Amino acid sequence: MRYLPHTPEDIKEMLEVIGVKTVDALFEAIPESCRSKEPLNLPRAMSEWDLNAHMDALAATMAPSSEYRVFIGAGSYNHYIPSSVPYLLSRSEFSTAYTPYQPEISQGTLQGIYEFQTMVTRLLGMDVATASHYDGATALSEALLMAVRKTKKKRVAVSSLCHPFHREVIRTYLGPAGIEVVEVPYGEDGRTDLAAVGAMDDVAAVAVQSPNFFGVVEDLASFAQVIHAKKGLMIASFTESIAWGLVKNPGSQGVDIVAGDGQSLGIPKAFGGPGLGLLASSKALMRQLPGRLVGTTTDLDGKRGFVLTLAAREQHIRREKATSNICSNNGLCALNAAMYMASLGGTGFKRLAQINHNKAEYLKRKLMDAGVKITFASATFNEFVVKFPEGFEKTYDRLLSRMIVAGLPLGRFYPELAGHYLLCVTETLSKIDMDQLVKEVTA
Amino acid sequence: MSGYRQGDSGLILNEPLLWEKGKKGRCGFSLPECDVDEVAFDAEFAGDGPNFPDLSEVEVVRHYTRLSTWNFGVDTGMYPLGSCTMKYNPKVNERQASLPGFSDVHPLLPEVRNQGALKLMFDLEHFLKELTGMDAVTLQPAAGAHGELAGILMINAYHKKRGEIRTKILVPDTAHGTNPASGALCGYMPVAVPVNEDGIMRVEDVRALMDEETAGIMVTNPNTLGLFEKNIREICEVVHGKGGLVYGDGANLNAIMGYVKMADIGVDVMHFNLHKTFATPHGGGGPGSGPVAVTRTLTPFLPVPRVEKLKDHYHLVTDYPDSIGRMMTFYGHFGIMVRAYSYILSMGGEGLKEASAHAVLNANYIKERLKETFHLAYDHTCMHECVFSDAKQEPYGVSTLDMAKRLIDYGFHPPTIYFPLVVPGALMIEPTETETKEDIDNFIDTLKAIAVEAKESPELLKNAPTRSKVRRLDETSAARKPCLSG
Ligand SMILES: Cc1ncc(COP(=O)(O)O)c(C=O)c1O
Repeated sequence: MRYLPHTPEDIKEMLEVIGVKTVDALFEAIPESCRSKEPLNLPRAMSEWDLNAHMDALAATMAPSSEYRVFIGAGSYNHYIPSSVPYLLSRSEFSTAYTPYQPEISQGTLQGIYEFQTMVTRLLGMDVATASHYDGATALSEALLMAVRKTKKKRVAVSSLCHPFHREVIRTYLGPAGIEVVEVPYGEDGRTDLAAVGAMDDVAAVAVQSPNFFGVVEDLASFAQVIHAKKGLMIASFTESIAWGLVKNPGSQGVDIVAGDGQSLGIPKAFGGPGLGLLASSKALMRQLPGRLVGTTTDLDGKRGFVLTLAAREQHIRREKATSNICSNNGLCALNAAMYMASLGGTGFKRLAQINHNKAEYLKRKLMDAGVKITFASATFNEFVVKFPEGFEKTYDRLLSRMIVAGLPLGRFYPELAGHYLLCVTETLSKIDMDQLVKEVTA
Repeated sequence: MSGYRQGDSGLILNEPLLWEKGKKGRCGFSLPECDVDEVAFDAEFAGDGPNFPDLSEVEVVRHYTRLSTWNFGVDTGMYPLGSCTMKYNPKVNERQASLPGFSDVHPLLPEVRNQGALKLMFDLEHFLKELTGMDAVTLQPAAGAHGELAGILMINAYHKKRGEIRTKILVPDTAHGTNPASGALCGYMPVAVPVNEDGIMRVEDVRALMDEETAGIMVTNPNTLGLFEKNIREICEVVHGKGGLVYGDGANLNAIMGYVKMADIGVDVMHFNLHKTFATPHGGGGPGSGPVAVTRTLTPFLPVPRVEKLKDHYHLVTDYPDSIGRMMTFYGHFGIMVRAYSYILSMGGEGLKEASAHAVLNANYIKERLKETFHLAYDHTCMHECVFSDAKQEPYGVSTLDMAKRLIDYGFHPPTIYFPLVVPGALMIEPTETETKEDIDNFIDTLKAIAVEAKESPELLKNAPTRSKVRRLDETSAARKPCLSG
């Protein structure tokens, strides 16, 4: 086996030093009654080329966005990834390192993550950002737990326009800890019902996604006002990071904690993961944050350097009193996002967001012109809800066979919206693609 | 000393922070002309966009290339970081993960367009079941700790379903910090189980602590001292006898593949770390992947969606009323699953057993050759790792930290230090199976040389490292006056 370098002589010499006859003799340290008698019933080793052929065949059954016109976002977005980014990311000094426990030989990772944290704070307008979380849903769940710890209240409010899967994860995380999750309904404008939050008592926080699951931009500042008056915390979440190139950032709207998904920032969709959980807060909540943080310091010669810091929040120091159980995070995805943000720059980021917006608005307008109903009139970014004509399922299947995925049916998530679809457009779809979709759906 | 000296001085290039470079108006991204009309964004919600530096593609490429040279990875050299299983990460697995059919696919397309990915997941679950004898697997958790959380949530749901309220969970004091932290997240109070003079748990201790208010026990086997918990079967019986369940932390599975099946020894639920045992790169912090396996008892409580096969079709099924729910937005770290699947097929069943055999051989070899030089915490045949301490070097004023830093000057990544907590000044060495005997000998000889230095010229150790990008860093002031962004 090419990954196992020992020759029979190596093994013999080593066994002599240890003073046993066979390698299996070492396993006598395991009681007989615990040892398996049967060999593993697993496939035999494959050659590299047989393996490649096998993997190619599996991958060939899939529908990559390079071949399909996919008008779905809903938490996973098709953005162009510059060739330089995966190339740099594949440098194995980055990819084959562990968590930077030895800072002197991990300055690459540490500076990279420090820059990532900085760009995330600038993107979201917040004071502090962590070195990453698993994904948007887990980051949002941890944000709610932070609020519960901080306010000592055992109830949280979550907008019904937070991603449906995020809400499911929140219930998984919070339910057994005895925290009540109250959903905030939405109104006819496709926005979370502010008045409903106003009527709630004793809530640790309200979580509002913006742009929300329908693509509609929420008025975060108003929610912040209402929840602050009730001594609760304002949490904003998001799934489409590119929005912040155009949309007013959460920090400028009085938000206390932001939790979102960073997959849009140059990370492959990869059938849903690994993505990137972004988590940022105000300075006041810094010590409640879960997971790793990188900070600056100096070395013995006074030279600038970077270290993992404020570890007194974490499980390896605090064990059951830690702010979270997280250990490994999504560090390489964070570096991936940093490389992507650096490649775009501030100017490029804004322009890219504008192009995305132009395209989505184009499709919206064309569909309206063709008589398709746009369900919510409010301002949206990249995604919007439409009502397709009765019996559209057939058209949907026909389009699928022509390698067009005409949005996400919403009935499964919002029964009242059966027959409605969530459409998404990014810079990767052309005017021709959109014109074709309009033609086909109204044919 | 055998072999060559690994550490020497190369050219170390400086590189400023991203925002200390660049000029307004540059861009490293291929921005197209827009083929549709410009539409202004609603003024009420419009913002200024992020204040990022503007850089050309070349500047970005040089920036990260230079940063990378300040890092040490498995591809750079031996990385015997105990408990982390830093084995070689095969390159062919990267190829598979980057196939457009795996990397460029949306998670919410109709199932008929996802069959390859679902089949891969289904088969990977099957491989993990076969390795452990467990009945069912979820691949959803994002990392080891996330797997622990899923597992403890299932234990919690199980007791709840039976109408029982249990408030405590047993956690041996050799356990990783994530274990008590995961227990606490589910509302359990962790109760410490001590280790005996042989470094393992005693049945009597577990019996004395286990009661009907205790949900179960979290066991790492082999434990973090690299020792097999010999009393595991009896311990599991005691726990089961009081209606509790046994959680297995599978971080150390690399020691026992093909030798022990967790289900056979009484484990009810366990996690895997694909980024340890199954050779996926750790990425300088993650992403990992922490699948969880369960016996029949806990199958109804597995997270949804579950991957199922009906006739020749694979489906994502959510209709499980007793499920703990979803652990992540989508199905877990699929890209990591692809790599682990590819690794298992490259190794085959026999290869995996051989990997465990060599991992254990290497650790015992190191233990034997170093036990005269360093204080060995527990002198027994070890599994995949061995734990020393600095007790013999302490009289010279030299600590584990100093020895670890000196290893850096010689070109090795240091072992895990100061963990497990039961060994003061712990030096936890896990060589893995992919190191050559020459590199292992070189590592041993280097540590012996460092022990001589500790006695004769301790200042060499106190000053170490000297050949890295930076020297020792002031962690105290980093924490006292945190500067977390620029
Ligand atoms: C014994 C043990 N348990 C759990 C974990 C946590 O795993 P992860 O970092 O994947 O969350 C680790 C990781 O170092 C470990 O060594």
